[in-house]
Amino acid sequence: MWLNQFLFFAAILFCIGVYGVLTRKNGVLVLMSIELILNAVNINLVAFGAYNQDIAGQVFALFIIAVAAAEVGVGLAIVLLIYRNRRSINVAEADLLKG
Amino acid sequence: MITQLLATEAAHAVSPPAIFDWVWLIPAIMAASFVCILFLAKRLRIDAHWFGIAAVGACFLFSLAVAGSWIGYVSDASHGEEALAPGEQAAASDLFVAAAAADEDHAEEDHAEEGAHAPSVSCLEADEEVDHEASAAPGALAFAEAGESRASPCPVVNQVSWFDNGGPTEEGGADINIGTLVDGQSVMLLVVVTFISLLVHIYSTDYVHGDRRYTHYFAFLSLFTASMLFYVLSSSTLQMIVGWELVGVCSFALIGHWWEDRPNSDAALKAFLTNRVGDIGLLVGMTILYFAAGKTFDIGAINEAATTGVISKNTALIASLCLMAAVMSKSGQFVLHTWLPDAMAGPTPVSALIHAATMVVAGVYLIGRMYAVFYVGFGIDGGTFNAMAVIGGLTCVGGGALAFVQRDLKKVLAYSTVSQLGYMVLALGVGAYTAGMFHLFTHAIFKACLFLGAGSVSHACHHSFDMKADMGGLRKYMPKTFWTFIIATGALAGIPPLAGFWSKDEILAGAGVWPGTGGNGDYYVPFIFGMITAAMTAAYMTRAVWLTFFGEYRGHAHPHESGHRLTVPLIVLAAGSVVAGFLNVPSTLPVLGSRIGLWFEHQVEPAGIASFPTISHAKASFSLAIVATGVGLLAGFAVWSYYKRLYRIDRHAAEYTDHWIARMPVLRAGHTLLVNKYYLDHLYTGVIAGSVKGWVARAAYWFNQNVLDGVVNGVGIGTAAVGRFVYKYVDQAGIDGAVNASGAGASESGQLLRKVQSGKVRQYAVLMFGAAAVLVGIFIVAV
Amino acid sequence: MTLLLAAEMTETEVWVANSFFLVIALVSIGAALKMVTTKNVVHAALYLLIVLSGVAAVYVILGAEFAAATQVLVYIGAILVLLLFGVMLTRAKIGADTDLDYEQKWIGGLVAAAMGAVMGYSLWEAFSDVKLPDDRLVQRTDAVADSIFSTYIVPFEALSVLLLAALIGAVVVARRD
Repeated sequence: MWLNQFLFFAAILFCIGVYGVLTRKNGVLVLMSIELILNAVNINLVAFGAYNQDIAGQVFALFIIAVAAAEVGVGLAIVLLIYRNRRSINVAEADLLKG
Repeated sequence: MITQLLATEAAHAVSPPAIFDWVWLIPAIMAASFVCILFLAKRLRIDAHWFGIAAVGACFLFSLAVAGSWIGYVSDASHGEEALAPGEQAAASDLFVAAAAADEDHAEEDHAEEGAHAPSVSCLEADEEVDHEASAAPGALAFAEAGESRASPCPVVNQVSWFDNGGPTEEGGADINIGTLVDGQSVMLLVVVTFISLLVHIYSTDYVHGDRRYTHYFAFLSLFTASMLFYVLSSSTLQMIVGWELVGVCSFALIGHWWEDRPNSDAALKAFLTNRVGDIGLLVGMTILYFAAGKTFDIGAINEAATTGVISKNTALIASLCLMAAVMSKSGQFVLHTWLPDAMAGPTPVSALIHAATMVVAGVYLIGRMYAVFYVGFGIDGGTFNAMAVIGGLTCVGGGALAFVQRDLKKVLAYSTVSQLGYMVLALGVGAYTAGMFHLFTHAIFKACLFLGAGSVSHACHHSFDMKADMGGLRKYMPKTFWTFIIATGALAGIPPLAGFWSKDEILAGAGVWPGTGGNGDYYVPFIFGMITAAMTAAYMTRAVWLTFFGEYRGHAHPHESGHRLTVPLIVLAAGSVVAGFLNVPSTLPVLGSRIGLWFEHQVEPAGIASFPTISHAKASFSLAIVATGVGLLAGFAVWSYYKRLYRIDRHAAEYTDHWIARMPVLRAGHTLLVNKYYLDHLYTGVIAGSVKGWVARAAYWFNQNVLDGVVNGVGIGTAAVGRFVYKYVDQAGIDGAVNASGAGASESGQLLRKVQSGKVRQYAVLMFGAAAVLVGIFIVAV
Repeated sequence: MTLLLAAEMTETEVWVANSFFLVIALVSIGAALKMVTTKNVVHAALYLLIVLSGVAAVYVILGAEFAAATQVLVYIGAILVLLLFGVMLTRAKIGADTDLDYEQKWIGGLVAAAMGAVMGYSLWEAFSDVKLPDDRLVQRTDAVADSIFSTYIVPFEALSVLLLAALIGAVVVARRD
């Protein structure tokens, strides 16, 4: 098995995730796309862990899964807050940072 | 071989005083004062000025001690030479003869006996060891047989390593060291800066008393003094750049001290931006020198590379031109001088400290520091014409002419400063190093006196500087201010025996065209410029003095003499203006000449060391002194009688309303030109900044239209938009011209760039990911 | 599955594993593409489920069984359910929705393609001849536990605090008053 087959798989998932983040207006869908990106990173970690015969890759993948859980929790809370204030979760309308 | 041997002998003879290891304390004390004022003064409820005055007073005493040690060190070095001469000298020559006989190399013998052009001694260490005095070996060597073999000790360098880059190898960079460099020039400026700063601190306690930002004022005064001292003591070019920028920043803060008024903040911005122009030159020049001198930031090493020909003449010329741009912006040389008069918007003591005595001489100091580079680059030796001398000449005449049409007393002094800085640059440009440095020294004293005097006058006149509307006849009300102002004016105009007379005379002699003066070349054009300036200086200062102190009082205040805290510094400085000139009287002067002749030169100008070019000195000329003084007096007298006649016609008039001079078209055109300051501001803000502004705005607009929104609504619409845009911003702005430069430019491009800050997270994400992709692409291509 | 990945894989086994991988990868990529293009939010969540399961399967192929189990438990069991809750709480339209995407999708496509291009190129340059070791061992769960609770104990504890903070933060942000 080639190392690259996993890395390319991860890269493609990553790019699809980026595409989703950039094109989706719906806050929940943006969060899903971010999950895709995080998964791509995890595949990289595990693949390199297998290649190096090192447990660290898997451990860090686990850590990232935990961080992703935290991220989704907070992210959904924010989405809910936006929804409650604006009756919409269209992130295109959230432009309070406008300078 | 012999040289090295003797160098080590001499090293044992004289080692530098231990106090030179501690000069870093001087800027450190001032920096500590800045920090204390900012963080402690208000908390402890202590007036900010006590920190400042205590610190600067300590620094002044320290500087005096350093100066004393330097003087002792210089004389030790030359005495060491004498002590060495009889015994060691004989031994040395025996040795030499033996060596020469053994080698049968008579050419070298000839070389050694050449006399006047004794080989200079390198001050660099063989092994580049830092953390250690770079040179204990004074250049005072056994070249006693040489004719004018005045030899100075090497500069005393103390450095610590900051970044160790593995030494100047092919792939490694030079080690970056920071440290102090003590030599005549830096010691001289140490004393000047701390002295003027001390007086300005004392003066300020009264002048800005009750100001709302009193604490900040003193904090920045401290920081400014610290940065200037840091700059003066730099041992590497990098350190110089840091100090240079620090000085610029403090200047920005102090000019804009009363930033609530728009003109003040504009002036601060203008000073800062104009200086940026020159900073590019400084950066480029220093970079060129870094590579040309074989990857070193060390000032001594760069200078030595210039004198020994490691830096080729053309490289040195390019580097000098770049550095000259920096000098032009910082020292207010012609075409980049426009910020300096505007900088008078700051409080008057600041003007005295920064824009007369210390900061603006940073440029002149830079020339002095890198003098070998300039000397080689511009081919000063034996020339008749070079960029530095011409810029100096243009500046002193152009600035002097502008001083005639000012109503504002401080502006007269500001243009006078421009003019006198031009004088210094001219002096250095014709190779009269000591004359330039000496003029820097005397000018600092009497110009500080003039500025502080102007402050005292305005203190009495409702803080106005308008000579025509609010002054006149003040000599009756404020005698102390009047007399000190008169003395300083005399010094500036070059009336013997006041300070300016001696330094100005040396500069004129240094041009080398007056019969019997000698010098480095035949600089006719600079000489003529210098002569014209001598006349103009006397004339415009007479005008200013008349309008301020003579005639009838025209204002509506009740003028009164200022308090002691204002007058005491004035008196001290006036006394200084009287005596300072005697530090460097010509050696041919009867009575004094044999005792203290050229004392300043011996302390300040290095000789016989490789980091300084071998320059020839002009001889003072009695006839030249008489002619120059006569020209000045004549011009002053002409102005005087002009106003005297006006006074007889109308006792309250400040100018002729209908005079034949005013009716002459040529003169009127000239007057208009001067009032508009040669239209330089229009050129900068209207034409240059206006057109550049269009470019920036257009680029930002393009970016916005094409990249961000991705709205490409067909070529037709795009073309129309660009066309409209070009019309709106380029045609209108460029042709209308009078657009307020930097402020408006920044705000306009800011308005356009603002659209990037859309607040839309997706756009940020696009930018982030896109930029990451581009960055990775660059890495792939580049690595 | 463990059988498939026992030490000393034979050629046949490698071939089987590769075939499995190919199928899983193609399905996952297809599902991911559908996920970012579908007009139905609930469908998107279901496509995400397929992708996450595929990733878990890839973990198994790589011998990271504990990570695969965690992936199933946490991602599919918790995160996906959380996302579905989010969909429901924000009253997303059940069924096709026309207003889910920006108008200018090509910008996203362009950026994603650019990233894909640079990543693909650099991966090809760097790892084109690198093979995974054939005799690799399955990374056992007890080894993972040893590692987490000895070498990585400090990051682990920090992560616990992070989770706590996220919990509290989510409550604070989302509560009603």
